[in-house]
Amino acid sequence: MGMTITEKILAAHAGLERVEPGQLINARIDLALGNDITAPPAIKEFKALGVKKVFDSERIALVPDHFTPAKDIKSAEQAKVLREFASEQGITNYFEIGRMGIEHCLLPEQGLVGPGDLVIGADSHTCTYGALGAFATGIGSTDLAAAIATGECWFKVPETIHFRYHGNLKPWVRGKDLILYTIGQIGVDGARYMSMEFSGEAIEALSMDSRFAMANMAIEAGGKNGIFHVDEKTLDYIKGRLKRDYKIFQSDPDANYAKVYDIDVNNIGPQVALPHLPENTKSVYELGDIKIDQVVIGSCTNGRMEDLRVAAEILKGQKIHPEVRVIIIPGTQQIYAEAMAEGLINIFIEAGAVVSTPTCGPCLGGHMGILAKGERALATTNRNFVGRMGHPESEVYLAGPAVAAASSVKGRIAAPEEVVK
Amino acid sequence: MIIQGKTHTFGNDIDTDVIIPARYLNTFDPKELALHCMEDADPNFAKQVKPGDIIVAGKNFGCGSSREHAPIAIKAAGVSAVIAGSFARIFYRNAINIGLPILESPEAAKSIEAGDEIKIDVDKGEIVNLTKGETYRAASFPPFMQEIIAAGGLMPYVARRVRQSV
Ligand code: SF4
Repeated sequence: MGMTITEKILAAHAGLERVEPGQLINARIDLALGNDITAPPAIKEFKALGVKKVFDSERIALVPDHFTPAKDIKSAEQAKVLREFASEQGITNYFEIGRMGIEHCLLPEQGLVGPGDLVIGADSHTCTYGALGAFATGIGSTDLAAAIATGECWFKVPETIHFRYHGNLKPWVRGKDLILYTIGQIGVDGARYMSMEFSGEAIEALSMDSRFAMANMAIEAGGKNGIFHVDEKTLDYIKGRLKRDYKIFQSDPDANYAKVYDIDVNNIGPQVALPHLPENTKSVYELGDIKIDQVVIGSCTNGRMEDLRVAAEILKGQKIHPEVRVIIIPGTQQIYAEAMAEGLINIFIEAGAVVSTPTCGPCLGGHMGILAKGERALATTNRNFVGRMGHPESEVYLAGPAVAAASSVKGRIAAPEEVVK
Repeated sequence: MIIQGKTHTFGNDIDTDVIIPARYLNTFDPKELALHCMEDADPNFAKQVKPGDIIVAGKNFGCGSSREHAPIAIKAAGVSAVIAGSFARIFYRNAINIGLPILESPEAAKSIEAGDEIKIDVDKGEIVNLTKGETYRAASFPPFMQEIIAAGGLMPYVARRVRQSV
């Protein structure tokens, strides 16, 4: 019996010939990530352990991105814990304000993750890096503390669900729409504890940015990781970025899958997830008149160049609806600079949007765009749970950047074709 | 380990954002987190919960963010155990790592009602509903996880291994 890409990466890092779903293993990690919310408790536990040095000062990434630039005194204190720990331990991958970005946009961009890697992060969207053919998964602060001390982490080898996407994508449909559609089909626990493997000709046609958006939301189906196979686009992406050796793993033709889904993309329109779960998806064409107060374009799901380009294509020469506030957040400083060089930032400002420095900000209801009671937002983020973006009685609808931009103009959730003919 | 207490019930897909909203994550002090435990699911929970009480919920409890602040808030609020139809993966790990007893039992999740007095034998994976006179089975932990639980969480377990290796 063959193995899946996920099983092969786990086996290689556990020093085993092969692994089986359900098996408990101890594996070596290539990179461990923490942010300004999750790293401070981990650092406290690490110190309590009495170990003097982290396992490898070059294989830890600390990114203060959630409440930064610090939104209040307590947040400033938490960010300070990261800064001091990084300097004390000589951690090379600490990213200061002004040179940072949202962690899951930043780490691949900076070449810190490569194919075949095993990455853990004290953030549930660590699964984003599966777009590069790596095994990447979210863990908590205690796991992070143990990992930075030992360089290892225990795992239960997951079963894998194989999602194969066939056909041609409709105009405006990208990775975000495919993953929202998929979560709508299987539910928010449809892949609980499992690996989600994505393939098929429609996937091959997706850009890397779209693949990141898809892998990012594997956790929204309960998945342990989301993973893609390495192709020319992956190799192009890592070229000039990745400084380490890497290894390409492939699923065997006779690998064992718990389930296989064949999804025809020909009829999938741009998707919207209604409150308060990402599984409440509908095609934008099926929605009635849903007025909105705020639009957020950004986050670790859709804060990359492709997303900003799509938004700009729709917003160019348009004016944002007078009753709507639009907040656009490039994922990293590099993306911000690139968007500026391409003239996208000007398009956004002329349309009447605000453009923010990279931060998680409103995505988790942190700062920079919190919703008041009864307000409704359409966001390119990944979660629409109760209270996610502010008041417990506010609402978040999820969509890709094309629907977000069109809705900004219309003042209600709108299809891209309503603005761009 | 035997745990006994009164239950508070919640539905399916209780996410970590409602267990502890991000607006309180500028601290990780367990006492402060406890004040807002379950706030966006039930604003009165933190006020009403008594030490030893037990949370019972439907499927996929703890889905969403990896914030360990969620099980920490529950534990610090005095909750002695969480029973659910199923748990989201990261929450499950985090709860074991910080020593919050959790039990997966779809039948218990379905049958237990708010206010029922229940008794849990964690080692045996047995849940007795004293109010209704019913007994439910819970999934047992693999031996490796039992070792972590017996050590009092992941850090004491790792500490022992680190000491052994020097
Ligand atoms: S952008 Fe949102 S989902 Fe992504 S890491 Fe930040 S808070 Fe989490």
